[in-house]
Amino acid sequence: MEIKDADKKRLLENLVLSNAPHIRDTQSVPLMMWLVVLSLMPATIFSCYLYGLYVALVIAVSISSAIVSEIIMQYLLKQPITVNDGSAVITGLLLAMNLPPHVPLWIPAVGSAFAIIIVKQLFGGLGYNIFNPALAGRAFLLASWPVEMTTLWHRFPNGYVIAQNPIFNAAMPQQLIDSISGATPLGALKEGPKLLQELSLQAQPLYDFLFSKAMIKSLFIGNIGGCIGETSALFLLLGALFLLWKKIITWHIPLSYIATVAAFMGIYYYFKGVPNLPYAILFHVLSGGLILGAFFMATDMVTTPVTKTGMIIFGIGCGVLASIIRLWGGYPEGVSYSILVMNGITPLIDKLTRPKVFGT
Amino acid sequence: MIVHSFHGGIHPPDNKHFTNRIPFKYLSIPQKSFIPLQQHIGKPATPVVEAGQFVEEGQLIGQANGLISANVHATVPGKVVEIAEYHTPYSEHGLCVVIESDGSFNTSGRVRQKNDFLTLDKEALIGKVQSAGIVGLGGAAFPTSVKLNPPANRTIDTLIINGSECEPYLTVDDMLMRTHPEEIIEGTQIAMKILGINKAYIGIEKNKPLAIKALQTAAANVKTHEITIIPLNMRYPQGAEKQLIYAITGREVPSGGLPMDVHVVVQNVGTIYAIREAVLFDKPLIERYITVTGKIVRKPGNYKVRFGMRVSDILEECGGLAENPSKIIMGGPMCGLALNHMDIPVVKGTSGILFLAKDETKVTPFRSCIRCGRCVSVCPMNLMPCDLGNAAEKQRYDIAEKLHPFDCIMCGSCSYICPSKRPLSHFIKVVQTALSAKR
Ligand code: SF4
Ligand code: SF4
Repeated sequence: MEIKDADKKRLLENLVLSNAPHIRDTQSVPLMMWLVVLSLMPATIFSCYLYGLYVALVIAVSISSAIVSEIIMQYLLKQPITVNDGSAVITGLLLAMNLPPHVPLWIPAVGSAFAIIIVKQLFGGLGYNIFNPALAGRAFLLASWPVEMTTLWHRFPNGYVIAQNPIFNAAMPQQLIDSISGATPLGALKEGPKLLQELSLQAQPLYDFLFSKAMIKSLFIGNIGGCIGETSALFLLLGALFLLWKKIITWHIPLSYIATVAAFMGIYYYFKGVPNLPYAILFHVLSGGLILGAFFMATDMVTTPVTKTGMIIFGIGCGVLASIIRLWGGYPEGVSYSILVMNGITPLIDKLTRPKVFGT
Repeated sequence: MIVHSFHGGIHPPDNKHFTNRIPFKYLSIPQKSFIPLQQHIGKPATPVVEAGQFVEEGQLIGQANGLISANVHATVPGKVVEIAEYHTPYSEHGLCVVIESDGSFNTSGRVRQKNDFLTLDKEALIGKVQSAGIVGLGGAAFPTSVKLNPPANRTIDTLIINGSECEPYLTVDDMLMRTHPEEIIEGTQIAMKILGINKAYIGIEKNKPLAIKALQTAAANVKTHEITIIPLNMRYPQGAEKQLIYAITGREVPSGGLPMDVHVVVQNVGTIYAIREAVLFDKPLIERYITVTGKIVRKPGNYKVRFGMRVSDILEECGGLAENPSKIIMGGPMCGLALNHMDIPVVKGTSGILFLAKDETKVTPFRSCIRCGRCVSVCPMNLMPCDLGNAAEKQRYDIAEKLHPFDCIMCGSCSYICPSKRPLSHFIKVVQTALSAKR
C-alpha cells in the first residue's frame, strides 16, 4: 500500500501538538464536583422527607443564588463563566445543609451570595479562596442574623422531638423541657446542665437520656433536630463512602477529625465519670454536623492542605478545636468554626509539611 | 535492601495488549534513509562521508565528536545522495546523511564469527561498545561507553538492568526479554566484566510474567556471576533511573547526582542486547526493535527497524491507519514527543511509534489549580508540582527556584493525574529553562 502525498496531508488533518504526557487521567474538576453533588443527594432527599418540602425550597433558593452570583461576578470581572463546573452548586447546597430547616428564604439567598461573591470570587475564584465559602457564608449569617439562624429549629413534621419523649418528660422538670424543647441534642447538652444546676437538680438524668442507645440510634438514622443536612449520619455516610470509593476524597481528614473528637470526648467524659462512655463518644461523633463537616466540608480541596501529613494535622486541629468549642465555647456544635480556623492556617500547614525531596 | 517500589507514581491503563503477543518482524528497507548525525545526548557526530559516495552497510558515516558523542553508521548500503538538514527527533534542522539503498547487505548476510569476550580486557571491550556507537536505547540516548566507564573516584558495585518498561503501550523490551533471554544474560555478563563487578539485578515489572520467567531460567545457568531478577510492582515511572535504583537497592541518588554516586550503573535491556552484539560480533548499532501501536494502526506490532527510516515509511509497512490520528508520538505516551508530520526518522533512542485516536488523547484547556494535592501525592521525587505550576504561571521564578525544579525527572505523572488538566511538567520545564538562562 502506497501512501501518496495528498493522502499523507489528509492523514494529518486532525493532528494536535501538545506536550507530554499525551494521556490523561479520566477524572476532571467538573466530574469531581458533580459527583460530590450526587453524593449529597441521599441526605438531601431524606431531609426533604423529614422536614417537609419547604426544605427543598430553601435548598433551591440557596443553589440558585450561588449560581446567579457566580455568573454575575464572573461577568463583571470579565472572566470566563465556569458555573457548569459544579462548584457553585456545591457551595449553595452545602450552605443550605448548614441552615435550620425553617429559615426565611432570604437567608439562603443572602448567604449564598455572600459565599460566592465575597468568599470565593473576590479572593480570585475557584482555587484561590482561603475559606470554605459555604461555611464562611454560614458564619456570616450566624453573626448577622442570630435569631433567624437559631430559633427556628423546632418544627419536625415527621421527626422526633426531644420534648415529646415520655422518659425525658418524666425525669425532667417542666422548666427544662420548655427551654430545650426546640434545641438540638447538642444544644440540650450545652444548656441543660446549667439550667438544672440553677434549679439545684441533678444533671445525671439528662446525661442518661442523651447518652443512650435510643438517642444514638435516632442520631444515626436521623430523626432528630438539627440543620437541614446534618440529621442523618446514615445517609451522609453513604455519600461519603461513595466519594471515598470514587477517590474524590481520601480518609485522611475525615478520619483524623472524627477520631480526634472521639478521643477528646472519651477522655473528658471518662474523667467526668459519665457511666455510658461509649454512648457519650458516639453522641458527639454523630451529632452537630460532625459527619457532614468531616466528610464534605473539611475535605474541600481548595481550602485544605495538599500533603497527606498536612491533611492529618488539619483533621486533628479541627477535632481539637471542635471539641473545645463544644465543651467550653459559646456555641453548642463547633464544627464550622473549627474548619474555618483550620482553613486559615492551611497555607502554613502546607509550608511546614512539604515532603522531603527525593535525594536530599 | 529491595524495596520493590518507590513513593508516588500512577497507574495509567497499560494498553500493552495491542502488541504484547505479536512476535518480532523485520520491516523492509525504505528507498531512502535519513540518518541523523545526532541520535544521542551530546555533540552531533562529524560526517566522514560525502554526497555521491557509496557506503556499505554498517560503515562509519559520522565520527563521534568529543567525549559525549557517539559514532553513527550507515544503516543500509547504498549511495549517499546528500548531507543536509532535515527534521529529526532532536532538532528541526538536524544534519542527516541521506542514503538511497542499493547494493548487498553483507553484514546481515555474513556468517557471524563470535569473539570470546572473556579474553578481552576492559579497554578493548569499552572500545568495541564505543566504536559501535551504542547509546542508551531506553530513550535517554546517553553514550553507553561513557556510562560504563565512570571516573576513577567512583566505585561501582551494582549493575541494574532496566526491563521495567513502565511506559504504557510499549512492548519491545518485554518481547526482547521473552525471545532473547540468553543473549541478555550474556550481555549482562559482558557489562559486568567491563565494570569489574560481580552483582547485577534485572528489574522487570510484574505485568511481564513471561519475561521474568525466561530471564530467571537463563540466569539460573550462570554460575560465575550473581544475576538476580527482581519483579517490580507495576507503577509508572518504575523505570525511571532514580526510582529503579531505589526500588532495587534502597539507595537514593542524591539531588543533582548520578547513579554512580550511589555506586550503581543502570542499563536498559535493549542496550545490553546491543552491547553483546557489538562485543561478540563487532556489529555497529544500526537497527533496533520498536513498537508500532495504537488501536487505529492496522498492523500493530514489534518491528526491527533501521535507523533513518521515516515514520511515513513505517506506517506504510504497518498497513496504514483505520482513522486519522489525533496524535503521532515518538516514544511512549507519557514521555514521548508529539510529531506534527511523518517525515521524521527513527533514531537510536526511539522505542516506539504511537498513533493515538481522538478518544485516547483528550486535550482539554486547563483550569486553575484546585489544590487537590493529587500531583503532590503522585510525584516520585516528592516535589510540589502544584506550587511549581502556579509560580510558573505567574512567572514567579524566584518562588519556583526554592521548590527544587531541577529535581523534576519530567515523568509527567503530575500532569497525568491533575483533574484541572494543568500541564504541570511542562510548566516545570519552563521554570527550568528560565532559571538556566538566568544562571
Ligand atoms: S514534578 Fe516532575 S518528577 Fe514530579 S511528577 Fe511531575 S514530572 Fe514527575
Ligand atoms: S493535581 Fe492539579 S489541581 Fe490538584 S493540586 Fe496539583 S495542580 Fe492543583
